[in-house]
Amino acid sequence: MSTNTQSAQLPNKHDVRSFDSEFVLDLLKEMLRIREFELRAEEQTLAGNVVGGVHLAIGHEAVAVGVMKALKSEDYVTGPHRGHHIVIAKGSDMKNIMAELMGKATGLSGGRGGSMHMADVETGLLGVNGIVGASIVVATGAAFSAKYLGQDRVAAAFFGDGGANKGQFHESLNMASILDLPAIYVCENNEFAVETAVSYSTGVDHIAERGSSYRIPGIIVDGLDVLDVYLAAKEARLRAVQESRPTLIEAKTYRFKGHSIGDKENYRTKEEVQERMKSDPIFKLKHQLEDAGWLNEEQWNEMKLDVENEVAAAVDFALRSPLPDAATALRHVYSKEVF
Amino acid sequence: MRELTFASAFAEAVREEMERDPSIFVLGTDIRIRGGHFGQLKDIGQTFGPKRVVDSPISEAAMVGLSLGAAMTGLRPICDLNFEDFYLGAMDEVVNQIAKVRYKFNGQFKCPLVIRASSGVARATGPQHSQMLEAWFAHVPGLIVVAPSTAEDAKGMLKTALRGDDPVIFSFHKMLGNMKGPVPDGDYTIPFGQAKVLRPGTDVTIATYSIMAPKSLQAAEELEKDGISAEVIDLRTIVPLDVKTVAESVKKTKRLVIAHEAYKFGGMGAEIAAQIGESVFDYLDAPILRVGSKHAVIPVSPVLQEQITPGKADVVEAVRAVMEGVAVR
Repeated sequence: MSTNTQSAQLPNKHDVRSFDSEFVLDLLKEMLRIREFELRAEEQTLAGNVVGGVHLAIGHEAVAVGVMKALKSEDYVTGPHRGHHIVIAKGSDMKNIMAELMGKATGLSGGRGGSMHMADVETGLLGVNGIVGASIVVATGAAFSAKYLGQDRVAAAFFGDGGANKGQFHESLNMASILDLPAIYVCENNEFAVETAVSYSTGVDHIAERGSSYRIPGIIVDGLDVLDVYLAAKEARLRAVQESRPTLIEAKTYRFKGHSIGDKENYRTKEEVQERMKSDPIFKLKHQLEDAGWLNEEQWNEMKLDVENEVAAAVDFALRSPLPDAATALRHVYSKEVF
Repeated sequence: MRELTFASAFAEAVREEMERDPSIFVLGTDIRIRGGHFGQLKDIGQTFGPKRVVDSPISEAAMVGLSLGAAMTGLRPICDLNFEDFYLGAMDEVVNQIAKVRYKFNGQFKCPLVIRASSGVARATGPQHSQMLEAWFAHVPGLIVVAPSTAEDAKGMLKTALRGDDPVIFSFHKMLGNMKGPVPDGDYTIPFGQAKVLRPGTDVTIATYSIMAPKSLQAAEELEKDGISAEVIDLRTIVPLDVKTVAESVKKTKRLVIAHEAYKFGGMGAEIAAQIGESVFDYLDAPILRVGSKHAVIPVSPVLQEQITPGKADVVEAVRAVMEGVAVR
């Protein structure tokens, strides 16, 4: 059993009524879009329609949505192997994301990358990544670029608690600090690196504490509370553009599903997962909205139907999409033909 | 034509390209004041200032990773790792990240970056400051690997690298740095994937690159005294590899020796020999011989080092053996 530092049922830190109702409803819908996508992605994987490994981000929705709402569309983002929520929240079309999972020509990476290697030059998504910790250095470079070119732009790296134990994390935080880079490092601490618990793997109580080693503010947020994530990310973006200084955000979240589809989850009990699911970020926000009188059953059902239709259309598009042209298998290794 | 050292020709290319293109910056350790551990970019820091010549902590993963992120977002980094051995601290970034970024994202991003490092053996550089890793890099799709041997090529090929859209591993042999050679005035580039015949000959082909190119030329001079005419081909780039020029030469000479300083076992010589065997085997009058380092760690003592790394004499010996049509041990 994990000895995490976070209580499963923290009281809501923020009163939704201090935000614009449309804004909060939009946060809810964004999280719901991700959840529905992930559930259908799981279904399509089990049905044998998805090629390659799939790591679901169910439970992480509030982190991606909270950060992305604080960023501007031109900001750069990188993510780890568990990254569908990041790709969706950054604004890529779900049709192309689902098609990528199925290795289709219409996929975000043309079927070359799959779940772990999606990028979208249009949205500023510089890629999710198959290697733990690798997202961190790439965002550091994008932040360098933004500063070099004098752009009002920041770069955010998403990574897990596993990534925070890699050299790339430490090298990047140090580099961003000494070079004054407009970077935001977002650790999605879901308590497990595959099946190794963060309490075992990590020599500090809170990964955010590591920020102080590099003169970077380390902020702990409730990663199951989208408003908490949003406010911290907004502050981090402000620090990035106004002071050109990096921030480390540790979002304490939880992975409601296994590491990847098919994980037997011998490292935790069903009871633990069920207990933690009481803090589901989507239902927590839904209840807050209902309490504020901003959401009724009918509106909720309408929102759900909208989202279900969107994801069903994405699945349909992906299933109908053509496979990549085998003759293009050697394309894009180099800018010109070399072999 | 002017005579310049390999190192100053390289630095001249950096300077000219930085003047031409403001998106080029240099990232390296001890680079801004000292100009790198070999003074390879002396004065560049003074000319271009700390914005464009960025001193880095010793953080190879972050240096190469930052260069990748910058390259994906509109800049052209020159990442200076000082010693080729230091790539090992950034191998994930080199192999899993920069080499794959164009392909895995279906061509959405370019990756125009150059990593420069000093390779090879100098007197007493020892186990962790002497390696030639070009065969490792060549084995990874997505990387351009260059290892020029002349000042003219160093300048022209760096310019090609800085105007292209691919990641380039620029191998700069320590012992070539002070070697002088003619360098054309004005702007010019040297294309990748085109070997150069350094010396024409009729009896045997010596295919080589980097430091073994000048050593092979010395060997050819010695062999000429015995009436053996050796054609010396400098491959110049490892990827793309111009085996065609070697094959054409072998058709004429009927014999091939491949010489590089990197280990013979699993080295580029094996690849070149295999490709020649596959394409022009029928023309060969003798086994293909390879000259390379013996399979040991490079020791610091020069006496021991000389036992392991190849020199002019090894090339001469290999050529004499193929002239007799027999393999040496």
